Amino acid sequence: MTGRWTLVLGAVLAGVFALAALVSLVWVPVPVETFAVSFKLKPIGTPGFPLGTDHFGRDILSMLMVGARTSIAVAIVAVGIGIAFGVPLGLLAAAQRGGLVDELVMRGNDLVFAFPSLVIAILITAVFGPSATNAILAIGIFNIPVFARVTRGGALSLWTLDYIRAAEVAGKGRARISMEHILPNIANLLIVQGTIQFSLGILAEAGLSYVGLGAQPPIPSWGRMLAEAQTMIVMAPHMAILPGLAIVLTVLGLNLMGDGLRDLLDPRLRRTR
Amino acid sequence: MSLLKVENLSLSIHGTPILHGVSFEMAPGRVFGLVGESGSGKSLTAFSLMGLVPGGARVAGRAVLAGTDLLAQTEAQMCAIRGRDVGLIFQEPMTALNPVQCIGDQVAEALVIHGAATRDKAAGIARERLNRVGLTEDRFPLTRFPHELSGGQRQRVCIAMAIALRPKLLIADEPTTALDVTTQAQILDLLRGLVAEDGMGLLLITHDLAVVSGVADHVAVMQAGRLVEEGPTEALFRERRHDYTRRLFAASAHHPERAAIATDTPLLQVQDVRRSYALPRKALLGPAPRVEAVKGVSFTLNRGESLGLVGESGCGKSTLTRAILGLEPVQGGSIRLDGVPVQAGAMTDALRAQMQVVFQDPYGSFNPRWKVGRLVAEPFHLAPAPQAEQRDRVAAALEEVGLTRDDMEKYIHEFSGGQRQRIAIARALIVRPKLIVLDEAVSALDVRVRAQILDLLAALQASHGLSYLFISHDLHVVRAITDRVLVMQAGQIVEQGATDTVFSAPQHPYTRQLIAATPVIPTDWMTDDALV
Amino acid sequence: MLRYTLSRLVSLGLSLVVASLVIFAVIEVIPGDPASFMLGMNAADDTVAALREQLGLNGTLAERYLAWVGGMLLGDFGVSYTYRVPVADLIAARMQVSVPLTVYALVLSTSIAIPVGLIAAARQGKATDLAVMATTQMGVAVPNFWFAMILVLIFAVNLRWFPSGGFPGWDKGVWLNLKALTLPAIALALPQASILARVMRSSVLETLSQDYIRTARAKGLTRTQAVLRHAFRNALIPVLTILGLQFSFLLAGAIIIENVFFLPGLGRLIFQGITQRDLIVVESVVMLLVGAVIVVNFLVDLAYAAVDPRLRARA
Repeated sequence: MTGRWTLVLGAVLAGVFALAALVSLVWVPVPVETFAVSFKLKPIGTPGFPLGTDHFGRDILSMLMVGARTSIAVAIVAVGIGIAFGVPLGLLAAAQRGGLVDELVMRGNDLVFAFPSLVIAILITAVFGPSATNAILAIGIFNIPVFARVTRGGALSLWTLDYIRAAEVAGKGRARISMEHILPNIANLLIVQGTIQFSLGILAEAGLSYVGLGAQPPIPSWGRMLAEAQTMIVMAPHMAILPGLAIVLTVLGLNLMGDGLRDLLDPRLRRTR
Repeated sequence: MSLLKVENLSLSIHGTPILHGVSFEMAPGRVFGLVGESGSGKSLTAFSLMGLVPGGARVAGRAVLAGTDLLAQTEAQMCAIRGRDVGLIFQEPMTALNPVQCIGDQVAEALVIHGAATRDKAAGIARERLNRVGLTEDRFPLTRFPHELSGGQRQRVCIAMAIALRPKLLIADEPTTALDVTTQAQILDLLRGLVAEDGMGLLLITHDLAVVSGVADHVAVMQAGRLVEEGPTEALFRERRHDYTRRLFAASAHHPERAAIATDTPLLQVQDVRRSYALPRKALLGPAPRVEAVKGVSFTLNRGESLGLVGESGCGKSTLTRAILGLEPVQGGSIRLDGVPVQAGAMTDALRAQMQVVFQDPYGSFNPRWKVGRLVAEPFHLAPAPQAEQRDRVAAALEEVGLTRDDMEKYIHEFSGGQRQRIAIARALIVRPKLIVLDEAVSALDVRVRAQILDLLAALQASHGLSYLFISHDLHVVRAITDRVLVMQAGQIVEQGATDTVFSAPQHPYTRQLIAATPVIPTDWMTDDALV
Repeated sequence: MLRYTLSRLVSLGLSLVVASLVIFAVIEVIPGDPASFMLGMNAADDTVAALREQLGLNGTLAERYLAWVGGMLLGDFGVSYTYRVPVADLIAARMQVSVPLTVYALVLSTSIAIPVGLIAAARQGKATDLAVMATTQMGVAVPNFWFAMILVLIFAVNLRWFPSGGFPGWDKGVWLNLKALTLPAIALALPQASILARVMRSSVLETLSQDYIRTARAKGLTRTQAVLRHAFRNALIPVLTILGLQFSFLLAGAIIIENVFFLPGLGRLIFQGITQRDLIVVESVVMLLVGAVIVVNFLVDLAYAAVDPRLRARA
């Protein structure tokens, strides 16, 4: 039952940040638009600023809460893009194994894997300028082949099973079989992959914001907090350490959730015989 | 003089007892057969002797091989014994060899690891062992890789590996179960030769009584982790003292009672069917080469008839089956069901509803996320009926195959292999087809369960006037359940006729070869009232 | 083997062509007129016309594409609009930093990950394994640029063992430069090594459950011998796949890490290109990065065949 504990621990970790992001929609300790220069660079534990302040005197706890919102929103939409396009493509490719769609999906896969999210973001930014939308698009586009590949792989192994033959003998078409028999049986795979891509999305968003290709000021984001902290690292190390810890803990939580889900959902472990 | 003496061998895994005080004795230069159904613990007996039990297992008792108690050895000592004093051969030759290492190295490794030879000398000995098992130098150089060999050839490599150091004891765990009958006969000959000429003792583990009757000098019957009976083969087969042994024998020789309902009206007409596949391109340009799996097959299946289709793996029977079911297009000829052409992609639901199928694998045949009620109802897609009527008919079908109405609410993993095949039959029956294709439908079942399913099939045929196309590699089963039989080899039907005639007086050389290769229990051993 | 290599070569060529088309389309087609895009809204018409002339933008799309690709094949990547020097020279100078950094990180991560994964698998469930799993779980979650900042804080600011940034240049001797690249390489390698070690571990475990391992044990091999002689090579096949994929993440990571350490590599060049709207630089550097990933994956395909005889036999 280690899977269950991993899942619980992961869900608690990720849940804390998800909750912080939700709360930040209605309340933060100090509004992040407040620049209190007289309170700048306060250390952790300062009254009124539990996690200290940055070089503009902004409350770091509030910044982290709003930053969580940015990270999670970008990652969710990017995973959504990956699922919305990748899963149907993967199902189609598997249903017509060796056909034109299959060939296109596989070749397209190889191609997109040569363009890491960062390179896609560079291309988009070079032409359209930087924005949070870029980050979403870049990570989302990269997610499409990931989901297409996982879906296709899972579906192909199911297509060889006899219950699919039985459904064909019962007169069902490929589309219907894909929806009734294939998709529900690869849902586990997709959930696990979803949590993995979610955590990768958070990492990627942080990286993009850090180099200035993601969310732009004044929207707070963990990556940009780190970029701003870099020059202050000697004077105010907490400015660099705290956002980094937020990223690590969120990603760790999501990865643990993914591992736990895999252990719990793996049919090889559940099969009774 | 005894070679191996096992006393009171017990095994428990995570506290669950599996083997209960197993004791037997083996003589050198003899074959000792250990028979039992799946889950009886016969393989675990072998693994216990070799110290290769899974994690969480506890072994107790004694097993003395030439003065050494195998069960009292440390892991390091066992490593020195395995391969040197005891050789092991497994069931699945397709996966038993390392795919990225050539066969010469794999055989030579056994010698090198025990310090029996230097690397150079080991290659020479490996060559000699491979010659011994029939893989000669000209066709099988040491540099061959496993994927270049057939299943039978791979099993020969495994045997060469097991006898590399001329061990005193050879343990073979279902060594021929995954092989075709003609290959099985050759491998059994080879094993018998090794025992006779090299004086090894062979512990042959198998579920197949006929194999044991032809090979073993001595037999032990295992049930639920216990040896229920043991003795010289012929005496044990003739006497069958223990009740379980009697039931096992009765089931393996079982012939269901069949009503004669066959007519002369054709139902399925297969006319000169050809089926070919494109292979991967050999050259970058140019047409892809094709392989013809079915080369002009013609036959007729009459209403109420049970027609057998036998042949070894790769003969094209699976391809032909998929074409008959309308799952794949044919490249020539025609298939007609009740006069209506069967064509992949162009079949009406009404036509499909005339024909249903039961597959071999009781585990892969059902969507694990659906309840049995929905699984059995799936063919209603072809012949829609109101929900209430569907439920009643599903319940009726389940009751007909020996299950209950309540089973509709259960998931498939709650059922055993035999029960799953019953559910598969219920699913095939639900839209009241005229023809049921049984594709190796009883091949994965233990003999006693198989006998029950054959009885069920016979009864349903009589009550519903069904026609069966019974595809199998197992001649015993085909003989028990069919009126007529087709023998298929390399994409063609080489012989067809009434089942009894074909089996008693085969005409084609291939049929004769198949029948000769099929192990049988000598009939005079079985003259017993209990069996008839 | 020859046929396999040829078929991989063909697919390598196709991938390069398609990738170049995509990049060309994004940079030169989507913005409309790249020249006026680069100069901004207020540029005078004749300046734009001059730039268009200079960039060779007056031909048809097909002509421009062929000129670009043909130029690159001959080592001519055009002239940077902002630096006024051939892009090829810029790239050559920056590669002296980026290539050693990537190779350093790759060597570090593989040489750590493969033995660690192997040991963890061999000691599955024991303390060593649990420690490896916990460490790599953390390693996977750490963003490399943040890890880089922490490394700077500890090893450059506090302990002063390594410089906190900058690159002396190869004319100052190998040792100084290696020192300058060490922290960046470690920062890049850690997450990659964590992923690779986990893949290696699960791949070895998967292999250990195969029938041929049982055969090997039946021959008298100890568990360790079975791992080293039989599981290792089979387990490498999925590891190679991940290694190929990781190369592209490594390149992307290097672009970011160069920012942390103020290293004058391709990453810095590309960001300068973006800020200055120097599309010529961006286009060429992106093509170079993508091309490198494609070529590395081609090499991985060849490595598969070296490991797996079944692939050599197939087309």
